[in-house]
Amino acid sequence: MNEILYETPQTLESAVALLAGASGQARVLAGGTDLLIQMRAGRVMPGLLVDIKGIPEMTAIVAESGGFRFGAAATCMELIEHEAFAKEWPGVTDAVKLIGSIQVKGRATVGGNLCNASPAADSVPALIAAGAVARIVGPGGKREARVEDIPVGPGKTSLADGEIVISFYLPPRSARSGDAYLRFTPRTEMDIAVVGAGVNLTLDETGICNQARVSLGAVAERALLVPEAAAALIGTKVDDDALQRLAAAASAACRPIADKRGTREFRIEVAGVLARRAAGIALDRARRNS
Amino acid sequence: MSKHHVTTTLNGNAVEFLCDTQQTLLEVLRDELHHTGTKEGCGTGDCGACSVTVDGRLVCSCLVLGVEAQGKSIQTIEGMAQGTSLHPLQRKFLEHAALQCGVCTPGILIAARALLARNPDPSEEEVRFWLAGNLCRCTGYNKIIEAVLDAAHEMRGS
Repeated sequence: MNEILYETPQTLESAVALLAGASGQARVLAGGTDLLIQMRAGRVMPGLLVDIKGIPEMTAIVAESGGFRFGAAATCMELIEHEAFAKEWPGVTDAVKLIGSIQVKGRATVGGNLCNASPAADSVPALIAAGAVARIVGPGGKREARVEDIPVGPGKTSLADGEIVISFYLPPRSARSGDAYLRFTPRTEMDIAVVGAGVNLTLDETGICNQARVSLGAVAERALLVPEAAAALIGTKVDDDALQRLAAAASAACRPIADKRGTREFRIEVAGVLARRAAGIALDRARRNS
Repeated sequence: MSKHHVTTTLNGNAVEFLCDTQQTLLEVLRDELHHTGTKEGCGTGDCGACSVTVDGRLVCSCLVLGVEAQGKSIQTIEGMAQGTSLHPLQRKFLEHAALQCGVCTPGILIAARALLARNPDPSEEEVRFWLAGNLCRCTGYNKIIEAVLDAAHEMRGS
């Protein structure tokens, strides 16, 4: 068996240098809930593991410019337990709560959920709907990218070799805003999304929706931002008619696979239903935040 | 091949061990430190049999590398009873016959203790959701839930 080197850099610069200087395959280790299983199965055989949990920027959850920034390697449990974050972003929090068991959430991270690039990742549609921006560092320095631009297909991201997602920024919340995430699974816990839907919307003083973002998971090769579905809400009071048009637009955006957990037709239908229901929850939350 | 020299705290006692990078904390606990109370079930984080706490955080030890234990505080089932005096959860598991084959039991006890540490008065639903990551193929779960609720009741009273 080949020796696997293990490093625990304390700064982003040293993490980037370690990844850039690796002779064989190198992997970032955060929670390890995907990576250790892949290594055990022999699907990934890295020569170097770079454990980034000792880098302060990677694990901090802080208020920043009226919004929130949380480290890509903060655990799901740390995020769920952050009361101020959960109050501001209940939809993102609900999505993170759906990732695995308590034990898995004690290790798993949102950065890992994104970079593992499963089309069914629960936190990703919620982050896309929230308008989250990822901060990335690599050999070429730091850059920012919208979350929807990072996954490109199953197990594949747009990150360049040696790049690491450092953190996520969620923008300041205006009054009368709410977000929600729903997923369909055959079981209530410990399952993988057949369809996921995230909605984030803002109402004006008269109750008209003036901003909306809608994202779907598990209905394409990656989580989708669906502007047509958001457009069905903007300029309306999010009434039944608008919700029906949202559902139709969400279903129309799907290009799913069929597998043992759901047929193509089922996923397309359920995507519309979940988007409609998530919009209803987001609407209730927005009205309560007035 | 050079091994990692790891110093950590196991159930309050300082311990050190040597391990390869790919050895999990579960393998280290069982094979290097001979603490075999923590069980291996699936090895992929699905069953919860290998549950331990790391710095108070409930995790599957099969999804943690041994080398990651450096400087951490690990709690396993071996640290639950005080000498011959069982923890209330352990006593209630016996009273309620909340185990049969026993392979899931150490993980469930560790998980239940972590729940009661943060929520001393959980509802039945909260116990069921918290323990969703601990599979038991013998009991049908009801006796486990009853034992946890009864232990919580006793621990609140004392």
